[in-house]
Amino acid sequence: MSQDIVVKKGLDLQLVGNASPEIYTPKSSDYISIFPSDFHGVFPKLVVKENDIVKAGETLFFDKNSEKIKFVSPVSGIIHEILRGDRRAVLEIKIKADKEISYKKIEKINLVDSSNTINFLLENGLWTFVKQRPYDIIADPNSIPKDIFISGFDSSPLSADYDFITKDEKENIKAAIKCLTQLTNGSVHISIRKESNSFLRELKNVVIHNVSGPHPAGNLSTIINKISPINKGDTVWTLNLPDLSIIGNAILNGKFVAERTIALVGSSVLDPKYIKTIIGSDISSFLKLKHDNSRIISGNVLTGTKLDSKGNLRYYSNEITAIPEGDDYDLFGWAKPIFNKFSLSRALTFSWLFPDKKYDLNTNTNGEHRAFVVTGSFEEVFPLDIYPMQILKACMYEDLDEMEALGMYEVSPDDFALTEFICVSKQPHQNIIRKGLDLMKKEIG
Amino acid sequence: MSIKSKLHEIKESFRGKKMAPAFNAFHTFLFTPNDVTVSGTHVKVADDLKRTMNTVIMSLVPCLIFGIFNAGYQHNIAIDASNGILTQVSLFGNFLTFDNLMIGSMKVLPLVIVSYGVGLIVEFIFAVIKGHEVEEGYLVTGMLVPLIVPVDLPLWMLAVSVVFGVVIGKEVFGGTGMNILNPALTIRAFLFFAYPTWMSGDKVWVYDAVNRSGTPEAISGETILGSYAQNQEIVYSLSDMFFGFIPGSIGETSKILIIFGALFLIFSKIGSWRIILSTLLGALFMGLIFNGVIEAGIITESSKFYGLMSVPYWEHLFIGSILFGAVFMATDPVTAAQTNKGKWIYGFLIGFISIMIRVFNPAYPEGVFLAILLMNVFAPTIDHFVVQSNVKMRLKRLKIKPA
Repeated sequence: MSQDIVVKKGLDLQLVGNASPEIYTPKSSDYISIFPSDFHGVFPKLVVKENDIVKAGETLFFDKNSEKIKFVSPVSGIIHEILRGDRRAVLEIKIKADKEISYKKIEKINLVDSSNTINFLLENGLWTFVKQRPYDIIADPNSIPKDIFISGFDSSPLSADYDFITKDEKENIKAAIKCLTQLTNGSVHISIRKESNSFLRELKNVVIHNVSGPHPAGNLSTIINKISPINKGDTVWTLNLPDLSIIGNAILNGKFVAERTIALVGSSVLDPKYIKTIIGSDISSFLKLKHDNSRIISGNVLTGTKLDSKGNLRYYSNEITAIPEGDDYDLFGWAKPIFNKFSLSRALTFSWLFPDKKYDLNTNTNGEHRAFVVTGSFEEVFPLDIYPMQILKACMYEDLDEMEALGMYEVSPDDFALTEFICVSKQPHQNIIRKGLDLMKKEIG
Repeated sequence: MSIKSKLHEIKESFRGKKMAPAFNAFHTFLFTPNDVTVSGTHVKVADDLKRTMNTVIMSLVPCLIFGIFNAGYQHNIAIDASNGILTQVSLFGNFLTFDNLMIGSMKVLPLVIVSYGVGLIVEFIFAVIKGHEVEEGYLVTGMLVPLIVPVDLPLWMLAVSVVFGVVIGKEVFGGTGMNILNPALTIRAFLFFAYPTWMSGDKVWVYDAVNRSGTPEAISGETILGSYAQNQEIVYSLSDMFFGFIPGSIGETSKILIIFGALFLIFSKIGSWRIILSTLLGALFMGLIFNGVIEAGIITESSKFYGLMSVPYWEHLFIGSILFGAVFMATDPVTAAQTNKGKWIYGFLIGFISIMIRVFNPAYPEGVFLAILLMNVFAPTIDHFVVQSNVKMRLKRLKIKPA
């Protein structure tokens, strides 16, 4: 079964530094790090200590709030260091990786009933890839999902091409999807680009959505809002296509193989291409930059995490982006005509003249933080049937009733990346929404 | 050492100090800051609030320059008229002259300087006390204020009303972005109610007319609305009204330059075309109703409302400041309705009420600023009802959900 979805509102930000379609396998990195902050809302309870020996797939920690959710090691090796921050919160678990990875053997079980399947995913650290709406956090294993949504492409700027990075993972992904179809009484929905020739089209028992239009066409909120909006009390689960190959590998081969094919992109990357690496790898082992003063991001420029030059690939990222830092002043930058930066307005900004131009943007904020003044522009890039500025303001003054009424259950922080990008007042939209979701979860649950 | 690095050092030395916002206001005027993104999106669009405000100011500059020449021109033709000489306007002959420029600059530039000077001092004081950066809202307000006052207004009155307008109209609500009323119109409303003799009549619109009244050299100039309200003959042709060679508030007379400003604002996507268009539609609609009333013979020439009610509906747009108000005042994003649907309703009601006040209030026939202030107050209500339809849709979806 397949359906067409056309997204009209949005914005495709064209940037310099697309990855060329070649995959390299660099020397594996000596140290691997896992950052509990990648798992929003998880309170880690460690089961390993420094100098313990672990195999790939063995539990490192679990979530104190939901003890069944386990987080496993992507490699085998020795726990080298556990970094802690304020109030002994775990910041980073650093593992010295073996040259040859040895895997914990995952028992094959019969994945026919849903509680069996959920336990299998929980026990083997695969549940981390199942997220839920509302709140955009790791799914509550006790919830019953109305539907399951899988994003089959990423529309954000310079994102990895999912069709390309999963082209050799057909069997694994099919196995994972087969297992997911047992977890819901509704349907499994998969979004793919209309022009894509993905093998996903061959799948039975799933609903394929042919999506066309600009970013955020690939964000699952966009699809969910169009076909089956989330009401109060509903839960849907969401997954990302590249993660399915890790789940499928565990089902078929009994191993937790934390391998990812990631894109190295951005105008500061010396040789933009794809590489095969392991979750948590040290980026200095494969990333070569054109100049030192660059921002390195795990993920894309809109939603990614800032890394320092010795950082690591974060848990969910499918790309590493590097762009120039913009820590310089600009004489009369607010008044002069601007040709080399992107803008939605035409206020002496001339990007409207060059719709196909690829921009080399830096990290300068191009102005200072201000109160919300301009109205009507967010709606141009926001495809959901929700009032973006009103919901942001409701989050800022923490009115729970209003947040709920305006559709807070349907959004994730990523949905506000474009509005944040175009915000003239330079307000941190994603952060505002995340804090609003946290508050709702705490007060309403 | 370059200016850039010197200023950077001064900025660092001010960091965390009380006066930092004051220095930063000047610094960021020269250089956009070296701030980089911290979390969230790592790149940002090129526009900031300064650029947005600057775009509005640029669209107002032609009106200001025209206003300067017109101030001199109106002064000179009024003197000619008192001597019994009637002159025809010619753009290069007697309008764009050095003499007009000198007289106009002498009168208008002090108004601009006082408006910006006093307003920005108030903004700086509040920024330093409250420890936030100086926001750009006043850049536009400071430019609008001299354009909507009579040329002969004493400077001290302007200063007093600017202080009132900025403090009561804006800062008490929390500064730029938080105010309910348009600050420029709050200033004008204060002027109108505190010093009514300086805001209407046939003296204040022409430079030096107040000084000379009662002397043998007395001169005067009545606005078109004033003449209509008193059921007098209109002495100006439609083209004079369109091009702006008439007495009136400094920046509001030239309709063609206001239209250019509107086109620039709409093209640059800074001004809301929805509000501009719907305001004009609202005004035309009300004008049509009044024309219909005249046609039906309900109001006859004996009525004091006859003069303005019988004006052809489309001519209302060329009279008074409805066009200026629609383009530069109603579109203020902070005080206008914020939803797209709400903007249509908000603008339409402004136009509608403006013409209603204009016709029914002969004592002060310019109703635009009152209509906009009124709708400023109702804009949140309009938005509320627009947003409620979205909320209701969501609740309805919840109800029809199978159990």
